[in-house]
Amino acid sequence: MSLLDIKNLSVEFQTAHGLFRAVDGVDLEIDQGEMVAIVGESGSGKSVSMLALMGLLPWTANITADRMLFDGIDLLSISKKERRQIIGKDISMIFQEPMTSLNPCFTVGYQIMEVIKEHLGGTKKELEKRAIELLGLVGIPAPETRLRAFPHQMSGGMNQRVMIAMMIACNPRLLIADEPTTALDVTIQAQILELLGELQKEKGMALVLITHDMGVVAETAEVVNVQYAGQQVERQDVVGLFDKPQHPYTYALLNALPERATSKRLPSIPGVVPGLLDRPTGCLFNPRCQFATDKCRKEAPDHASKVLCHYPLVDGKPTNNHPGVSASDVSVSGGAV
Amino acid sequence: MGAETVLKADNLKRYYEVKGGMFSKGGTVKALDGATFKLEAGKTLAVVGESGCGKSTLARLVTLIEKPTQGELVLGGMDIASAHSKEDMITLRQMVQIVFQDPYGSLNPRQKISDILAEPLKINTKMSASERREEVLSMMSRVGLRPEQADRYPHMFSGGQRQRIAVARALMLRPKIVILDEPVSALDVSIQAQVLNLLTDLQEEMDLAYLFISHDLSVVKHIADDVLVMYLGQPVEHGTRDEIFSNPQHPYTRALLSATPVADPNRKKDRIKLVGELPSPLNPPSGCSFHPRCPLANDRCEAERPVLASTSSALVSCHAVEEGRS
Repeated sequence: MSLLDIKNLSVEFQTAHGLFRAVDGVDLEIDQGEMVAIVGESGSGKSVSMLALMGLLPWTANITADRMLFDGIDLLSISKKERRQIIGKDISMIFQEPMTSLNPCFTVGYQIMEVIKEHLGGTKKELEKRAIELLGLVGIPAPETRLRAFPHQMSGGMNQRVMIAMMIACNPRLLIADEPTTALDVTIQAQILELLGELQKEKGMALVLITHDMGVVAETAEVVNVQYAGQQVERQDVVGLFDKPQHPYTYALLNALPERATSKRLPSIPGVVPGLLDRPTGCLFNPRCQFATDKCRKEAPDHASKVLCHYPLVDGKPTNNHPGVSASDVSVSGGAV
Repeated sequence: MGAETVLKADNLKRYYEVKGGMFSKGGTVKALDGATFKLEAGKTLAVVGESGCGKSTLARLVTLIEKPTQGELVLGGMDIASAHSKEDMITLRQMVQIVFQDPYGSLNPRQKISDILAEPLKINTKMSASERREEVLSMMSRVGLRPEQADRYPHMFSGGQRQRIAVARALMLRPKIVILDEPVSALDVSIQAQVLNLLTDLQEEMDLAYLFISHDLSVVKHIADDVLVMYLGQPVEHGTRDEIFSNPQHPYTRALLSATPVADPNRKKDRIKLVGELPSPLNPPSGCSFHPRCPLANDRCEAERPVLASTSSALVSCHAVEEGRS
């Protein structure tokens, strides 16, 4: 049995302009010790789906799912109190902005000890010993003195380490890292990603990495989920995804990377992720897709298929009896919106 | 090289005095400590480095927002130190424009796009309102915005479109030099590609010189002609793009390159681990400012500050490279 098993998760928000479906039928299955990355542009529902799992969404959100099991426990039916015993202990989450997710009024030592006290208990001495041990584990020099430091006295990279120390304090079985390195410099990013990788291997922790940086995905993940406008469009292991992307969105996203460019002009994806008011009919990607046909504009592709597309790509060319265009015929779209 | 040199900076420095508080001593922050480079029309110079390395200070000096503490800055043949009259400053300012990182913060939410774009013309030229309007519309179509969007407000645009507006605003006065301060780092990959294409097109069309400030090396590799790597206010390596990317010499440049994630899962990773973080510029290390984090450091690095010296390819400031240690 997998550690986390989510089937057909949807999240809707009631807004002034009507119902907005931020997450639309996402499946996620993670085994113990596995590393999954969720990628997509901003507005593709990456964070919202994980916040739904954590139970951190406001009451305006309507969360539905066929199944949402963590280690056999149904997260949809348990009470808030029961959920709080799992969240922070067995499942924990690291956020993008370390500066804003730590409380500026308390020392980092206090904040780490608070987590351990809540879930595992212990005397003050034991807590302090464990906190020092954790700070050392995440590579903070002189942890005894840093225990008494406030978040503003440390740099962004240090604070992110403190966040990680706090989140692994109770040896979670699933760690969700939501853009953990986006706010950091590349050299610090490399340190943090390495640390997460080590922890995942040593502790057999499952890790979900939310990111929009394809480079980070390629270097850390094993399995990749690609999301677009709230829908999961493709799921593949990392080597397959980068070598043979099957969804036109993944294909276009990879081609837009400057490092894959063959000429001075980058093949960009025209337009933007649809919002509440400009949601297209049929496949949600069709207005931006270079292979879109009339069928794509009318009919939404089947959620059950592995790749959410009427004409999944093979070697950058559509299959399934696609009428007409092949990748080479399509003019590379320019910068115009 | 036939290209016209539009900007020359020689040993540019900017220091800030920090006042001491009740418990702390004052001091001098050497935000930029000696940068020498030149910009040519139609070319891009990229400045890379971690936060706190003086990239943005450099941008503020070149755009004349601040005056250098020391050093010479020549814009289009005119030394800024000799420009005292108001007219001189106006001419100089029209020559350099800047595009900021955050398109959400850099546009006034209460102004229509047409007003945002017309403002530089209103202040700096004697054009009539109808001429300004015409100029605004032609610039909008140039950056890929539709004329009916002229009377909309910034919040009605997406991040990528806002960045197009910011680029259009910078180009209204037909500058020769455009400073791009992390212009695409707030954007998604697909939108980033659109904006980078736009910048490339405009550069070709208008023969612009770009000073491209970025920490994303894959973007720099794509767009730059020359690269200047900075560390703690000092340039550590300066060379053409190919020199820097295919044969990096300074240990910091090498570490920076190896730390940048590459979107290829099959690539072998032999990462140079940099320990620690950027030291405080208020209290920089002795000798070479990189020595506490450098894998090649020795006693000489701790005592003596290296200078930029030409090697077989780029200009490098490192004792280890000079002595052939590695």
